Amino acid sequence: MPLVELTDVHKTFPAARGRTPVEAIRGVDLAVEAGEIVGIVGYSGAGKSTLVRLINALETTTSGSVRVGGREITGLKERELREVRLGIGMVFQQFNLFRSRTVWGNIAYPLEVARVPKAEQNQRISDLLHFVGLADKAHSHVEELSGGQKQRVGIARALATNPQLLLADESTSALDPETTQEVLALLRRVNSELGITIVVITHEMDVVRSLAHRVVVMEAGRIVEEGPVVRVLSDPQQPVTRRFVATIVDDEPDAEALAALHARHAGRFVKLAFRGDDVRQSDVFALLLEHGVRFELVFGGIEEVQGETFGNLTLSLDGDPAAVDAALDAVRALVPAKELPR
Amino acid sequence: MTDTNMDQLWPLFWDAAWETLYIVAITLTLGGLLGLVLGLGLYVTRGGGLYASRPVNLVLNVLVNFFRPIPFVIFIAAVQPFARLVVGTGIGNPAIIFALTLAAAFGISRIVEQNLVTVDPGVIEAARSVGASRARIVRTVVLPEALGPLVLGYTFAFVALVDMTAVAGVIGGGGLGNFALQYGFRQFDTVVTWTAVIAIVVLVQVVQLAGNTAARRILRR
Repeated sequence: MPLVELTDVHKTFPAARGRTPVEAIRGVDLAVEAGEIVGIVGYSGAGKSTLVRLINALETTTSGSVRVGGREITGLKERELREVRLGIGMVFQQFNLFRSRTVWGNIAYPLEVARVPKAEQNQRISDLLHFVGLADKAHSHVEELSGGQKQRVGIARALATNPQLLLADESTSALDPETTQEVLALLRRVNSELGITIVVITHEMDVVRSLAHRVVVMEAGRIVEEGPVVRVLSDPQQPVTRRFVATIVDDEPDAEALAALHARHAGRFVKLAFRGDDVRQSDVFALLLEHGVRFELVFGGIEEVQGETFGNLTLSLDGDPAAVDAALDAVRALVPAKELPR
Repeated sequence: MTDTNMDQLWPLFWDAAWETLYIVAITLTLGGLLGLVLGLGLYVTRGGGLYASRPVNLVLNVLVNFFRPIPFVIFIAAVQPFARLVVGTGIGNPAIIFALTLAAAFGISRIVEQNLVTVDPGVIEAARSVGASRARIVRTVVLPEALGPLVLGYTFAFVALVDMTAVAGVIGGGGLGNFALQYGFRQFDTVVTWTAVIAIVVLVQVVQLAGNTAARRILRR
């Protein structure tokens, strides 16, 4: 049984004065299995934030079913929803820490809500502070912390009540690259050491690549593509997915780059798509040399994602035209090759 | 400046100063509480608020907007019949305290509302996300997060109340304002007037300083 299961979920926000209603979510089916990390990507306005807020019932669905831990949460009373929320942690882009409380007080808040006895609270807060590496900041105030430290407090607060599920809403988007890595490493530990399922919303593909097991792409309130991260990064299907993937994986040069490359290289351009480890680049290169074709790598790169290798390499091929044709035929038997015409 | 009765008026002055203090203290406490409740009501019933409700918000807004703009000297006269009902008299300090409490409540409600809307909606969402009830959020998030500005707001209200007590004399109330009018202004005794003025300035300065210090402590800046 999936930990979270959304079936044909719709969410329409009623019209503000003089405006039309906003259909934020238009028929989403999504299952999140216990223990996995799912990345939800999409541009702003795609419905990602609304979608996660339906999971912890900060927003209510217009129609459809939301099940968390097997329990249908649509139609629950406010008091029952509060119980559901206690079992789901949430981390925010702007951290949303209580400025009126210390680091300790922030982490204590969910425990107070859950009426955890004081002694138990103290033990739990102390454990969490060590887990996120902020034991020395227990009595600091929020404004004394760096962005990365604030987010670690946010994560500790979200974990306070031992949730099964953590929702991370653009949790690294307000952080610099180095701090982002630090927070992502912490989230990975949350998943691997504590076994907590994580749903992370982001518009940064880097976050998906380094954190998620599975990626869900949203556009205009719908899920347009989903799959294991390696599959989606190496073989994106939808235009929006391709645009996202292009931000971190070189595919082929765009028209402008292509023209510039052609001006510098006389040969024929071919893009080779390497997937997995079954085809070795050296085999392909050896084939080209056997046919007397000289080549140069002009564009592209190799990606290593969760232990799998893939990449798109654009080569400029020089040699006798017949030899190049023969070489290309031979190469096509090994890897997909696409000629990029002048 | 030569002819002054101030030397004989010191006992009356101290009585008046004491009256101002206790009138303002009582009205700030009662009106402050009422204003806090009203202001909270205005805040939580706003669109997107914790207890969002257009009708309730509309009623509260109309109520506050109706009473707040009435000049205090006229307000005193207008609520005099109610003062007789509630405190048993339409004149003197009890009637002034009654009128001032009401006026303060409406004024303070706006100050409270303005300060509460500055609370980051994100922290309220964070509190909701851990399952806190709405009443708990008001108590443990909204009010503590806005405490610094609220202290400054109430300090402002204190100064405004001192100002408003000055017209207490119209229905036979006392205080420094009345003292200045009765023994200073009407007797052409500038020394008396200025003694009262200086006393009021000192009082306001001391309270403002205390308010600023408290707010700075709370905000830690």
